[in-house]
Amino acid sequence: MGISVEGANKSFGDFQALDDVSIEVPDGSLTALLGPSGSGKSTLLRAIAGLETLDGGRVVIDDEDVSKKPTQKREVGFVFQHYAAFKHMTVYENVGFGLKIRKWDKAKISDRVHELLRLVQLDGLAGRYPSQLSGGQRQRMALARALAVEPQVLLLDEPFGALDAKVRKDLRTWLRHLHDEMHVTTIFVTHDQEEAMDVADQLVVMNNGQVEQTGSADELYEHPANEFVMSFVGEVNRLGDDFVRPHDMEVVLDADDRTKEGLVQRIVTLGFEVRVELVLSDGTEVWAQLTRAELQRLELREGQIAYLRPIQAKSFNGSSPSASQGASTPPGSQDDGEAEVSAAV
Amino acid sequence: MSSASARSHVASGAVSRWSLRVLGLGFLALLLVAPLVIIFFETFKDGIQPPLDAITSPNGLHALKLSLLMVVIAVPLNTIFGVACALLLVRHKWKGNALIDSVINLPFALSPIVIGLALYLLYSTNDGWFGPTLAEAGLEVLFSVPGMVLASIFVSLPFVVRETVPVLQEIGTEQEQAASTLGANGWQTFWRITLPAIRWGVAYGVVLTTARVLGEFGAVTIVSGSISGKTETLPLFVSKEFERFSEPGAYGASLVLALLALMTLLAMNLLKRKEDA
Repeated sequence: MGISVEGANKSFGDFQALDDVSIEVPDGSLTALLGPSGSGKSTLLRAIAGLETLDGGRVVIDDEDVSKKPTQKREVGFVFQHYAAFKHMTVYENVGFGLKIRKWDKAKISDRVHELLRLVQLDGLAGRYPSQLSGGQRQRMALARALAVEPQVLLLDEPFGALDAKVRKDLRTWLRHLHDEMHVTTIFVTHDQEEAMDVADQLVVMNNGQVEQTGSADELYEHPANEFVMSFVGEVNRLGDDFVRPHDMEVVLDADDRTKEGLVQRIVTLGFEVRVELVLSDGTEVWAQLTRAELQRLELREGQIAYLRPIQAKSFNGSSPSASQGASTPPGSQDDGEAEVSAAV
Repeated sequence: MSSASARSHVASGAVSRWSLRVLGLGFLALLLVAPLVIIFFETFKDGIQPPLDAITSPNGLHALKLSLLMVVIAVPLNTIFGVACALLLVRHKWKGNALIDSVINLPFALSPIVIGLALYLLYSTNDGWFGPTLAEAGLEVLFSVPGMVLASIFVSLPFVVRETVPVLQEIGTEQEQAASTLGANGWQTFWRITLPAIRWGVAYGVVLTTARVLGEFGAVTIVSGSISGKTETLPLFVSKEFERFSEPGAYGASLVLALLALMTLLAMNLLKRKEDA
């Protein structure tokens, strides 16, 4: 079931949470709404579920305008950041809640609940209360509860935000596998670009209540529509008007007409990768990402002079992070404001 | 810190702990327990028969029944109103809430006798605002059960609201939103999610309301006229017996009131224990 939002507007007092937002989510896809806090991503997700009423615009699920439909009739599964577990109910009762509301008979509910508990690997814990579960278990219970009613779409609002790093990583891999099995159209909200790129087919980057760009992880990384997207989906250095990723910075010991001189300030070894921090003659601080082998070959030391050669740089002439030019740009297309400078080595 | 001074620190901690206990228990014993014990002994001073006779007298029994009737009518009404009002205050923010919030507390602030007088003025059959109209319709409010119910509701109105509001605020709205995404309508969400989550706040409010209705004296005295065997609740019965120096009746009925209050508290504790198990 595809989802589309057309021209959504929403304000909370003076704060414009959504400013003419349109997105298109293909049937069966796993889409991430990615953005910093306050970018409007959660508001957009809640509007799709009917938990927020839009001031203007439409929400269309499976070719039906559901803007006027109350939440309980939209058939969406929703997973909250803080689980929203029904505290007075057991795991079994939590997962079976939606089925009980739909007046399924007891035997059918029991079959379905146990099937889902197996799916989320909680089969032994049906009789427990949410307070007796860990964070990760609670979130899996919440997911089973949302899936039990066979929703048209699954919406997850920072589902792993309250979990610790290890559990978060496990759960997102697991979510991806789950999605590959179930194929239910899924949208999840996150502020973690790594999480979004790891899990999603399609990313929607939001900022200040607007969509900056939509595309696959590769497209956003390789062809960011503007400075905001470029710096949000990865690390970036600024060299005058140019933006260069740290791994696109070559460090050499001999100057030529394309290099810039810099003083090596700090060398940080992070396992395989090495982070070399330099200060340019104009005071700009940049860093380059090298491998261990490269560092050894160059025999770089802190305090010495080295030369930087950008392998690939981008410039966004006159575009500011809040520019909405990316909103309606088809994935991967080149923007007017974007000029790509490639230098073959 | 040396071990000697550490020991003396621990010792002084124990001393202050014990003095706090003595102070606390002593205060309770003197002000709460002693009067109840005295009533108990005074009641059975001449054996069980005199107080039993007084309570089982037609007037005594009628007073007991009337008191229970007040509870049966006023408590459910105030519970429904209290929960609805708390929901309005917490879940549906609008400008009138500040006004409602302060008006709700009025029964706590006003002396019950003033409440009684206010009701008297409203429902007086001669010149009250509503009295004459209602009298024409055949409904006698003053000096009869309806007026007493009104007075009981008035004085005990804030308890359920006050106990429910903080619990509602604490549980937040996420569980309710989750229920709605699972297909529950407002009514189903209220019964299956909200009410179970706030039930202890509500139950505590109900216990306090019950105790207040049972014990109400001032407001009910005014609107009921305290007619023996007709509009006399247990507290009014106690007062009248006391005034005519009928000690067994006064103390016996007091004891019944105290026992009823105790039973209410006990019922709540039992429910809570069952819940925790």
